[in-house]
Amino acid sequence: MPLVLNDEQRMVKDSAEGFFAGEGPVAQLRKLRDAGDADGFDRSLWAKMAEMGFAGVAIPEQFGGAGLGMVAAGLIQEAIGRNLTLSPFLSSAIVAATAIVKGGTDEQKAALLPGMAAADMIVALAADELPRHAPQHVATRAEPSGNGFRLTGSKPFVLDGHVADRLIVAARTSGADDDMAGITLFLVDPRTAGVAVSRRSVVDSRNAAAVTLDNCQVDGADVLGAVGEGFATLEAALDAGRACLAAEMLGVSAQSFETTVDYLKQREQFGQKIGSFQALQHRAAHLFCEVELARSVTLKALTALDAGDPRAPFFASLAKAKAGDVAKLATNEAVQMHGGIGMTDEYDIGFFMKRARAAGETFGDGAFHADRVARLLNY
Amino acid sequence: MDESPEHQAFRAETRAWLEANCPAEMRQPVEGEGDVCWGGRKWRFRNDAQKIWLERMAAKGWTVPEWPKAYGGGGLDRSENKILQSEMRRIRARPPLSSFGIWMLGPALLKYGNEAQKIEHLPKIARGEIRWCQGYSEPGAGSDLASLRTSAILQGDEYVVNGQKVWTSYADAADWIFCLVRTDPSAAKHLGISFLLFDMESPGVSTSPIKLISGYSPFCQTFFDNVRVPKDNLVGQPGTGWDIAKYLLTHEREMIGGMDMGSMGRDSMHQMAKKAVGTARSGKLKDGLLRADIVRHEINAMAFGLTMERVKDEARAGQGIGALSSMLKYYGTELNKQRQELLMSIHGTDSLTWEGEDRHDGDGSSGRPPGDMAKSWLRSRANSIEGGTSEVQLNIIAKRVLQLPGA
Repeated sequence: MPLVLNDEQRMVKDSAEGFFAGEGPVAQLRKLRDAGDADGFDRSLWAKMAEMGFAGVAIPEQFGGAGLGMVAAGLIQEAIGRNLTLSPFLSSAIVAATAIVKGGTDEQKAALLPGMAAADMIVALAADELPRHAPQHVATRAEPSGNGFRLTGSKPFVLDGHVADRLIVAARTSGADDDMAGITLFLVDPRTAGVAVSRRSVVDSRNAAAVTLDNCQVDGADVLGAVGEGFATLEAALDAGRACLAAEMLGVSAQSFETTVDYLKQREQFGQKIGSFQALQHRAAHLFCEVELARSVTLKALTALDAGDPRAPFFASLAKAKAGDVAKLATNEAVQMHGGIGMTDEYDIGFFMKRARAAGETFGDGAFHADRVARLLNY
Repeated sequence: MDESPEHQAFRAETRAWLEANCPAEMRQPVEGEGDVCWGGRKWRFRNDAQKIWLERMAAKGWTVPEWPKAYGGGGLDRSENKILQSEMRRIRARPPLSSFGIWMLGPALLKYGNEAQKIEHLPKIARGEIRWCQGYSEPGAGSDLASLRTSAILQGDEYVVNGQKVWTSYADAADWIFCLVRTDPSAAKHLGISFLLFDMESPGVSTSPIKLISGYSPFCQTFFDNVRVPKDNLVGQPGTGWDIAKYLLTHEREMIGGMDMGSMGRDSMHQMAKKAVGTARSGKLKDGLLRADIVRHEINAMAFGLTMERVKDEARAGQGIGALSSMLKYYGTELNKQRQELLMSIHGTDSLTWEGEDRHDGDGSSGRPPGDMAKSWLRSRANSIEGGTSEVQLNIIAKRVLQLPGA
């Protein structure tokens, strides 16, 4: 597979870039944050994202989606990263949709996916239990009860948990807390007795909630995939999310880099443009190279996912690790090169640094994915 | 792989030919620079296999697969060449010939040379008969190459060349030189330069090797004392040498940036580390901090490799980014330097062996370092200096891509 966009993908890229710059710019995030909006995103924007086919990008056409695949999903997420647009795109349209597509029965798919593609339904993944990503660590228990299970445990950081119509909960039906086997995925209606959802305030204004489950009864029909074998589905969903987060961080990096280069051409000190100073030129030129590397690994991961390449998990980790490092560097350099104004809330560049940090911590940071790369290479 | 029937046939044909014609000795990993065939009048083949391999490949035009057949090339298009390269990799065939003629002068002559110059020089490069060296840097003109002072004054039908070059790679082994000379001292710095070809056996040419920190002497000082060169040996027009030099440097930079001399056909870094350092019961490398350094490096190396791949795919699709060669040269050489540092760390005091019986002949696959490890490490320090320093590449990116003021 050549590492180059085809015509259809170039169209998605153009339309996504135009759409998010026009409909979901940084100013919208600022407004939602300052207003203390209850949802934390604009539902009319989310509806438009469904009309554009974005909400259904990873959902097959037979279930009401656009079936465009992960390269297209990544291009949308990259445009989101350029504009810091808030929406349940990553949590519902990518991660949850992938879990249901990979693990769900036809009945479950038919019941959930069309609504998700139409933005009528939001589904969120409640998997992580520790502040540092450790997908195998599942202490939440699922005890057999009636014709189903009773779930008890705590999920402290669920993306878009406060607006979710369904949760995909990872719980343990057997084994010890860190075993790969024995994890089962459940579809849980958050209105069920025993489920408590409380919204969290997050540094980059992204939307997350803490979810607790206290003897929450779920039906046997709400198991997603096979009992005890949920980890493979979970990893597939996470890898789709990781590759898209790499794309989001690429967008964050590229946008803050370009903004910074523009600033270097305008700001004057010592009677000249600061962009004429070699100390800044070399750092900017280095950053240019790093952003190009992040672009390559991200495209490779998304392409590998679309191709069903068995090395897709490897490339997802490669992309998440590299794009995360680059986003950190790009946004830190951006604030530094902007000087004092970069520290002000009024100026947008700080938002990019916050997003880079939050996206970096989500679904595994650079150290987690570097370790996974080494493990997958057998060392 | 959806390959067309024509390409499938070409692949099958190529595979069969390589199987029948590539000697077994030429399918062994390259151990050091001594195993690389450079060709030329003074070349002494390491063994018969090296000679036979060069002759057979040259007869097919496959030392320069994409050059036109009329000039000794194979006349292949890019996709056919890709097939040839992948089939050569499959049997780990060594390149039959490496030379500055192939990498640098050839592309420049194909673009800027006249028909007589192409006919005269290209087939000899393709057959490995003439080995070329590059006369660029001077004692007073390193990063600021355009300030070069070697002069060429036209007298009748000949240029008379006087001056001194430095860092002339393998000048003492080369037959001919492509040389930047100042033909118009009154013109602005970049506009008075011309691109001249001449025989290193011409009266007045002398060389003196420079011993480097690696112990090797691949570079020379080269002196020109009233060297007389026919004026037809000037490539392009007088005063256009800088354009040709820049074009050629682009090729040189891509070559240096893409060069990973330590890894051809050998174990990857983490495989070497596992053998040298050992693994814990978990399967992880015993030294956790070294493991972290290695994986960070390998992530960057893979990201760089994928970028090379993407850049080629985009160029083929008519897309692409500017100042590419500078980016690849800068990043690739910095990575290779880092790689050599890590390889030294992996082998600890074993990596320090310089000469004598302790020198190990293997390729590193046994857990002991290759005998030339310390020399390779020292050699790699030059990667970010030669062909334009890393700092010069960053200047070029700042100026051409980012268009920063005053850059």
